[in-house]
Amino acid sequence: MKLTKSFNRSLWVFHLNTGSCNGCEIEIVATICPRYDPERFGIKLVGSPKHADVLLVTGPVTKKMAAKVRRVYEQVPDPKLVMCIGTCGQSGGVFYDSYNLDGPIDQVLPVDVYVPGCPPRPEAIVYGVVKALEKLERLEAAQ
Amino acid sequence: MLTDIILTLAGAFLVVIFSLIVAFFLLGVDRIVTARMQARIGPPLTQPFTDMRKLFTKENVVPANAIPWLFNLAPVVALASAITILLYIPIGGFPPVLSGGGDLILVMYLLTLPALALVAGGFSSGSPYATVGAQREMVTMIAYEFPLAVVIIAIAWKLAVSGVPLPFMLMSIQANPVWGLVGPLGIIGILILFFVLLIVTPAELSRIPFDTPEAETELAGGVLVEYSGKNLALFTLTQGVKTVVMASLMVALFIPYRLSALVPAPAILQPVLDLLFYLILVVLVAFVAVSLIRVSMARFRINQVVSVYWIYLSLIGIAGLLLVMADHFIGVV
Repeated sequence: MKLTKSFNRSLWVFHLNTGSCNGCEIEIVATICPRYDPERFGIKLVGSPKHADVLLVTGPVTKKMAAKVRRVYEQVPDPKLVMCIGTCGQSGGVFYDSYNLDGPIDQVLPVDVYVPGCPPRPEAIVYGVVKALEKLERLEAAQ
Repeated sequence: MLTDIILTLAGAFLVVIFSLIVAFFLLGVDRIVTARMQARIGPPLTQPFTDMRKLFTKENVVPANAIPWLFNLAPVVALASAITILLYIPIGGFPPVLSGGGDLILVMYLLTLPALALVAGGFSSGSPYATVGAQREMVTMIAYEFPLAVVIIAIAWKLAVSGVPLPFMLMSIQANPVWGLVGPLGIIGILILFFVLLIVTPAELSRIPFDTPEAETELAGGVLVEYSGKNLALFTLTQGVKTVVMASLMVALFIPYRLSALVPAPAILQPVLDLLFYLILVVLVAFVAVSLIRVSMARFRINQVVSVYWIYLSLIGIAGLLLVMADHFIGVV
C-alpha cells in the first residue's frame, strides 16, 4: 500500500482500550477538545476500525483482551499506524509482572509511536502525533 | 435527434462534474462552519477532498460474512442515483438536463434510491451493527417521507388551482414563484412548509439530530461500519451530492428567483450571475439545514425520530397546507 501526502493530512483515529484505567482515555478526549483542535490537521475519531488509519492503544493488554486486540489490528485497512498511549502499554506500568497480562503492547502488536506518561498530557499526545507524521514522511520518502 | 442525445450527454457530464465540485465545497464549508461555531479553527476547505484521496489509496476490505457483489455495488448505485436526481432539478438559471420527462414525483422516488442502496449495503455487510443501522435507516426513510410529500403536494396544489399547466414540473414552479400567487395567510403557510422541508433535510442526509442509522457512539458507524477504502469514499461523496440535491430542491421550490431578472447585466454575464446567486442560496440553505441544526442539537432516539416526523412535523406541515388552502378559498370568495 502506498503512502501519500493526503494520508498524512487525514488521519482517522480508532481508540482501543485493552484494560486501561480510563486515565489515558480522559486525556485522549481532552486532546480532541476545541482547545487543541486536532481536526485542523484532518485528525478525527472514528467509531469503527474499518474506517481508521491510526490505532490508538491504551492499557497493558490483559490476557482476555489479547486476541481481540490482534483482531481489531487486522481489521484496520492498510496502510495503518499504531500509537501506544501511556506507560502501561510500554512496560505494564503498575501492572508490571502481573499474572493477568499478555502485554505490554509490543508483545502483541507492532507499535510505531510510544507516548509515555501516566497518563500523558494532551501536549504529549499531540507531540506523539507529530512524531508519527515525521515517521510517515520518512517512510513516504523512502518508498 | 443525434444532436439532442449528444447535448444531453454533454449536459449530464457537466452536471456530474459540477455536482462533485459543489459537494466537496459544501462538505468543506460544513466542517469549517461547524468548527467555528464550536470555537475551533477547523480543517482547511479542501479537507473532504483530502479525505477522499486518502480513502481511495486505502485497502478495500470485504468482510467474510458479506455478499461481495451487493456490498460493492451499493455505493456505486447510491452515488449514481444521487447524481441522477440533479439531472431533473434546475441549477441556477439553467433548465434541468432531462427537462422533458421528469417532475417532482419522480424526484421524490429517486430521493429514496440512495437511502435504499445504503440499506442494501448495510444488510449485505453481514455485521449486526450494520443490520441494526440499515433497519433504522429504513424507519427514518418511512418517517420523513410523509412531511416531504405534504410540502411538495401543497406547492403543486397551489400552482394547479392558480391555473398553471403541469404543476408538478420544476420548470413551471420556477416560472411561477409560489410566493407571488398567495395572500398574507398563504405566505405564513408557505413559510411553515419551508421550515418543514428544512427539518426533513437532516434526516434525508442522516445528519445529527437524525443520524440514528450511523450513531457512532452506539452503533460504531451503523450502516457504514464494515465499509472501508473506496466504498466508504463513495458513500461519503453520496452524502455530499445529496446535500447539493436537497439544497437545490429547496432553492427550486421556495427561492426560484434569478438574479439576472432583477439586476441589469450584459447577456453573456447573465448565466454567471444566476449560477453565483444559486450557489450563494445553496450554501445558505445548507448552512441552516445541515450545520446550524447539527451544532445546536443532540441525537434523537429512533422512536423519537418517528414521532417527530409522523406526529409533530406532519401536523405542522398539514397546518401549512391548510393555511395555503384557506388563503386560496378566502381569495376566491
